[in-house]
Amino acid sequence: MSKTSRLHPALKRALTSATPPAHAAARLHPLGVPAIDRTLGGGLAAGHLHELFAGDGADEANTLAAAVMLALCLTRVATPAPAILWLRETAAQRKAGLHGPGLADLGLNPARLILCLLPDTAALLRAGVDALRCAGLGAVVLELGGNPALLDLTASRRLALAAEASGVTPLLVRTRGARPTPSAARTRWQVTAAPSVALAADAPGHPALTLALLRQRGGGAGLDWTVEWNRDAGCFRPAAFPGARLPLSGGGSGPSSDEADGSDDNAGWHIAV
Amino acid sequence: MPAGTSPSKLAPLVFTVKERGAFRLHALDADALAAGLTPGMPLADARARVPTLHARPHDPAGETRLLERLADLCDRFTPMIEIAPPDGLLLDITGCAHLFGGETALARDALRLMRAQGLRTRAVRAATPEAALALARLDDTLRAGAMGDEAAVRRLPLIALRAETEALLALRRAGFATIGDLADLPPAPLAARFGAELVDVRDRLLGRLDSRIAPRRPPPPIHVERRFAEPVVHVETVLAALDELLALACRQLAERHQGGRRFAARLYRSDGAMRDLAVETGQPVREPALVLRLLRERIEALADPLDPGFGFDLVRLAVPVVETLGAAQAALNGERAQDADVAALLDRLAARLGPGCLRRFVPRDTHLPERAARLVPHGQEAQAALTWATPPPGEPPLRPLALLDPPERVEAVAQVPDGPPRQFRWRGALHRIARQEGPERIAPEWWRRPEGHAGNPGLTRDYYRVEDESGRRFWLFRHGLYERETAQPHWYVHGLFA
Repeated sequence: MSKTSRLHPALKRALTSATPPAHAAARLHPLGVPAIDRTLGGGLAAGHLHELFAGDGADEANTLAAAVMLALCLTRVATPAPAILWLRETAAQRKAGLHGPGLADLGLNPARLILCLLPDTAALLRAGVDALRCAGLGAVVLELGGNPALLDLTASRRLALAAEASGVTPLLVRTRGARPTPSAARTRWQVTAAPSVALAADAPGHPALTLALLRQRGGGAGLDWTVEWNRDAGCFRPAAFPGARLPLSGGGSGPSSDEADGSDDNAGWHIAV
Repeated sequence: MPAGTSPSKLAPLVFTVKERGAFRLHALDADALAAGLTPGMPLADARARVPTLHARPHDPAGETRLLERLADLCDRFTPMIEIAPPDGLLLDITGCAHLFGGETALARDALRLMRAQGLRTRAVRAATPEAALALARLDDTLRAGAMGDEAAVRRLPLIALRAETEALLALRRAGFATIGDLADLPPAPLAARFGAELVDVRDRLLGRLDSRIAPRRPPPPIHVERRFAEPVVHVETVLAALDELLALACRQLAERHQGGRRFAARLYRSDGAMRDLAVETGQPVREPALVLRLLRERIEALADPLDPGFGFDLVRLAVPVVETLGAAQAALNGERAQDADVAALLDRLAARLGPGCLRRFVPRDTHLPERAARLVPHGQEAQAALTWATPPPGEPPLRPLALLDPPERVEAVAQVPDGPPRQFRWRGALHRIARQEGPERIAPEWWRRPEGHAGNPGLTRDYYRVEDESGRRFWLFRHGLYERETAQPHWYVHGLFA
C-alpha cells in the first residue's frame, strides 16, 4: 500500500480504473434483423447464458437449428472459426441424431462441431461448466430434455458465471416438454416453425422460424418475429410475407434470362407481396 | 512340474481332460503325485487308488488368466517377462537385480510373492531362458533361487531338449541319457543325424548360443517408478508420488523433444493386487500438472473407488505412446494458447467420461443419407480422406438437420401411387402438405450386397422435401418403386429440417 501511495496521482487513477478485459464487457453480435437487434440493444450478447425453448414437441429440430444459427451469428467475426461444442445426452442423439450434411446445409462446417455425448443431466451440466471456462471455444450448446430437477437457478447461475469469466456463450436448448423456470439467462426464446417462402415449383424454401423473446434481463420482451435464415451471409433476415415466391438462384430451374425476352414473364419470379 | 494350487490338505487334487472318451489326469498337485498318480492315467484308475481324490475339469483359459495375472505381479521386478505355458514365467532380470539387493534376494522376493498367492513354485536362475526353464522344471535338487551352472545343465535328462518323441527315442537308442552326454560332441555329425535344430537347442541350454526372451509386452519408451519404504494408505500421498514421477517423466520427454499421448500409472498394493490408471491426450503433452489433473479426473470417475487396502508399496508410471513435440511458443495474439485450452478441455472430458463420448463428423463417399456422415471418436477425424463440401449459395437446405435412425414409418396419402404425398400421419398427428419438392431418387447400393445386382439389390427410395401447413419441414421417402419393385410401397420419415 505504501508503495502505491507514492505513485503519481494520474497514474494511480489510471491503474485503479483499468479497463476490464475485453470479454468482460458484453460483446454484441447482431442477428441481422434490425427489429430484433434494436430490442436486444445491438445484438445477442456473448458471454451470457441464452435459453431456447421448443414451442412444441414437433419444433425440436427447429430449436436445434436455431441454436446452430445463433452459434454461427456469435462466431461470424472470429478468425479462424472457433470450434463449437455440443453437449447432448446419448439418448437424444440415438433418437434423432444430428446429421453432418444437414449442419453443412445450415452453414456450419461439421468439422467445427465437437459432439459430446453424456450419460445424464449431472454429467452434462458439469461438462458444460468445464467447457465454459475454456476461452478457446466459440459457443457451447447444452441440450437438455424435459425439466430436470438439477437444472435449477443455482445450476444456471453457475453456467452464467463461468461464461462471463471466459466470454464463451452458452446456449441452453430445452426440448421435450421443457417449461421455463427461474434461471440466470440473459435472454429466453421460444422457437416455433414458420411457413417458408416457397421457391420455384412450390418447393419448400429457406428455413423460417418464429422467434419469440419471452424474457430479457434488463430489456423489453414479449415480442416475436418471423425470420428466415440466410446461410450465405450467416445471419437472419426478416421473412417475406408467406406465400411470396422467390426465384431459385443460379438459374437452374427458373426461366433463363436470355430466353425471357419480355421481362413481364420474369415478374412472377420476384417477390410478389 | 505340475502346479499344485490347492493349499488344503484335505484331498489330493487333480485336473482332468477328456481324451478318447475317457477322463484322464492332466495336472496333479503334490499330494496326488506322492500317492503315485501320474499324468495321463485314466481318472477311474486313479479313483480306484485314491478314493478321496478331488477331480476338476481342466480349464486352459483359466490357466492362461492365472499366468497373465502372475506375470502382472512379477512386473514389479522387471518389465521383460515372457509367459512359458503351461506353468512357467521367464523373467529377464538383466540390470534389475541390484534394485532388490542382488539376484538371490530377487528370487527370494519372487518366491515369497508367489507363496502369498497360495502357489508352490520354484525359481532358478540361468544364463539363458531355455536353461532356466529346463532346470526349473526338471531339476529338483537345486536350492530355491540358485544359479544353475553348466554342471547342473549337464545333469539334465534328454527330455530338456523338448524334442519330438521319435527323436528322443533315437537319441536314447544311440546311448545318450543326459545333456552332458551330448555336450562335447562335434556339432556336424550330430546335426547330420538328428537335425540342426537339436544342436541349436543344446547350445542354448548350455549357454553357448545367446538367446533372449520375447517379452509379452514391449517395455514402454519411458517408465519411472517410486518405491515406498512403508506401504502408503493415503490416496493423496500416492498422487503426490505420481506428481513427482510425472515431473521426472516429463523432464525425460523434454530431453527427447517428445510429448506423451498416453500415460499409464500402475499402483502395486502390498498384498499383490494392482490398479491401473491410464489417460490419453489429444495432443502430445509434457506438463506434469495437466496429466495429474487428468489422472485425478480418472480416479474420480472410477466405478469402484481406489482401495488402498493395506497400502501401496510401488507406483510405476509409463509413457507407452510418445510423439515428437518441439518447444512451444505462444503466438502474440494468444491463439496457440486457445487451441491448447480446447485440447486440454477435451482430454479432461475424455478422461472423465471415456474416450467414446467425444465425437466428430466425418464425411463419407456415399449417397445413402444414413451413411453419408459418420461419427468417429474425437482424434480420428484427421484420418478422413474427404472434406465437407460447401453447399451452393442460395440453395435451401437439401439435407435434414436431424436424421431419424431408423426411419419412422408413416401412413401417407398420395394422389397417385408413384406421385408426391398429400398428407401423412406421424406420431399420431396429421400433417397436410402445403409444399413439396421431389422426388430425389436414391438407388440402393447394390454393389455392397453379397450377390450384387443379380440377387436382391434392395429398394429404391424416392425422397421428398415437404412442408406442412404449420411450417414444419420433413424429409419423407417412399420405399420402393411402385409396381416395378413393390406393389405397396411404404412411406417413412427420415429426417427433420429446420
